[in-house]
Amino acid sequence: MTQADRSFQPETLCIHAGQIPDAATGARALPIYQTSSFVFDNAEHAASLFNLQTFGNVYSRLGNPTVAALEERVAALEGGRAAVATASGMAAESLLFTTLLQQGDHIVAANSLYGGSVTMLAVNLPRMGIQTTFVDGNSPQAFAAAMRPNTRAVYAETLGNPSLQVLDIAAVAEVAHQHGVPLVVDNTVLSPYLCNPIAHGADVVIHSATKYLGGHGSTLGGVVVESGRFAWDNGKFPGMTEPSPGYHGVKFYETFGDFGLTMRLRMEGLRVHGASLAPTSAWQLLQGIETLPLRMERHNANALAVAQHLATHPHVAWVSYPGLAQHPDHALLQRQSSRPPAEQPAASGLLAFGLRGGMQAGIKLLESLTFISHLVNIGDTRTLISHPASTTHRQLEPEQLAAAGIGPDMVRLSVGLEHIDDILWDLHQGLELACQ
Amino acid sequence: MSSAHDIQRILQRCRTLAVVGLSAEAHRPSYFAAKYMLEHGYRIVPVNPKYPSILGQRCFPSLEAIDHPVDMVDVFRRPQDTPAIAEQAVAIGAKVLWLQLGVINEQARAIAAAGGLEVVQDRCVKIEHARFFGGLNYAGVNTGVISARRPLRTTPAA
Repeated sequence: MTQADRSFQPETLCIHAGQIPDAATGARALPIYQTSSFVFDNAEHAASLFNLQTFGNVYSRLGNPTVAALEERVAALEGGRAAVATASGMAAESLLFTTLLQQGDHIVAANSLYGGSVTMLAVNLPRMGIQTTFVDGNSPQAFAAAMRPNTRAVYAETLGNPSLQVLDIAAVAEVAHQHGVPLVVDNTVLSPYLCNPIAHGADVVIHSATKYLGGHGSTLGGVVVESGRFAWDNGKFPGMTEPSPGYHGVKFYETFGDFGLTMRLRMEGLRVHGASLAPTSAWQLLQGIETLPLRMERHNANALAVAQHLATHPHVAWVSYPGLAQHPDHALLQRQSSRPPAEQPAASGLLAFGLRGGMQAGIKLLESLTFISHLVNIGDTRTLISHPASTTHRQLEPEQLAAAGIGPDMVRLSVGLEHIDDILWDLHQGLELACQ
Repeated sequence: MSSAHDIQRILQRCRTLAVVGLSAEAHRPSYFAAKYMLEHGYRIVPVNPKYPSILGQRCFPSLEAIDHPVDMVDVFRRPQDTPAIAEQAVAIGAKVLWLQLGVINEQARAIAAAGGLEVVQDRCVKIEHARFFGGLNYAGVNTGVISARRPLRTTPAA
């Protein structure tokens, strides 16, 4: 038997998808193909590769075997058709929007996005003639009301960072599809182990692989996954259906069908903008993905314990964690979870809280911790803490902060994999110092 | 629905492919697919009354005009044209009727199956070959291949 017709579980896909023993050497673990370029067998082979008439490797800006293993693995974990990896999560988002959209197009986006995404949509893309309307991410009706004839994408995070707002994926997908446009979601915070947005109707999934996928806070990377289900030939996406002047007349959707977007992102976007993922980075991210299920289970458990502890702490004014039953989106999160219902709440390691002492006490807390690190990453093995209003979301105006659900007192915690007793101890001693 | 195992077996056993509706225009999907299969060691027999040859291969006006055995009939035509092609595929003794992506026809499937042919529908022969043997994974596509063995070859290693 050479290939089983079996739908493998995510734990298996995390280890095997995208990587079989190396054709040349039989190496069982993934080799790092640290090379810029690949030889052609002859001139005809080179021509076929450049014409996209055969599949293979040309130049690592377009694709690389080590990077391809990461692409296929994330596509498999998301239940998607294909994926393309990039140098960072922001590069993934830029690649998608600058390739798929053009001057005069419009995006409807949730207002509770990561600060860098808000800046891209509110500042960078408008300079290229692409406008965004920001709406309440909890309201499918608000998405519907903002749709225009020139809208070409709907964008939101499945679990907002740091608002911890949960997107109703199916309801917002229905709004997007009624208008013939794709729902694009960022699934970074939940990771494909906790939620598969494509199963609920999303058409494109973006990841900052730097976070839970890689999981060790060591390596930047991003991925765009295509579901393979969106019909690009509805007249709204000429770049998918008309001959590409950037690639000698190829019609990406007709020629590549359900992975036409991925091929276009690679050959038109990545080839020109060049924010490709390094092979060594892909290898490091894949090392992380092998243990994603084990890590996510512990992140969930530790974060739930921290949230429960903080919820009853005398110095704490409020706690937001969708794994807690009192969170307004708790039921929605559970409904969209990829984990069996019997398992503990699958809400990731991200939570937010405010202190009774307000912003000053919060800042004092950041400076009073022993091993909990004050920095602006999430999804690390280490427990991380930050103050969004003064860091990741500093570029936002006060009304944008309010819309994103970020008060001046909000402290964000990315709960790591240290022993829960030690995490609680560090928070406790920090709170005592901050609130005396 | 053909299983992954069936498709691998078909692509390993079939060597001569009659491509019905093959275009001579280089940007057409049929041209992409036939050129790929030719470059991966298959004999391509173009079937199109409009041309004397395509891809350097002698072109035949119909399946029945082909003067040698054919393993697979690969069809790039509209679904409603496929029952007649299925009848011809049976008549010339082909082993497999392969209908390309988007081409689905129950009548054609039934005719070919009754004639003893294996039938694949709504799949691209190039993409399926690349999925198992030819580097589709390098394009970041989810091939579904999970294995503890090196990649398969369509022909035994030299």
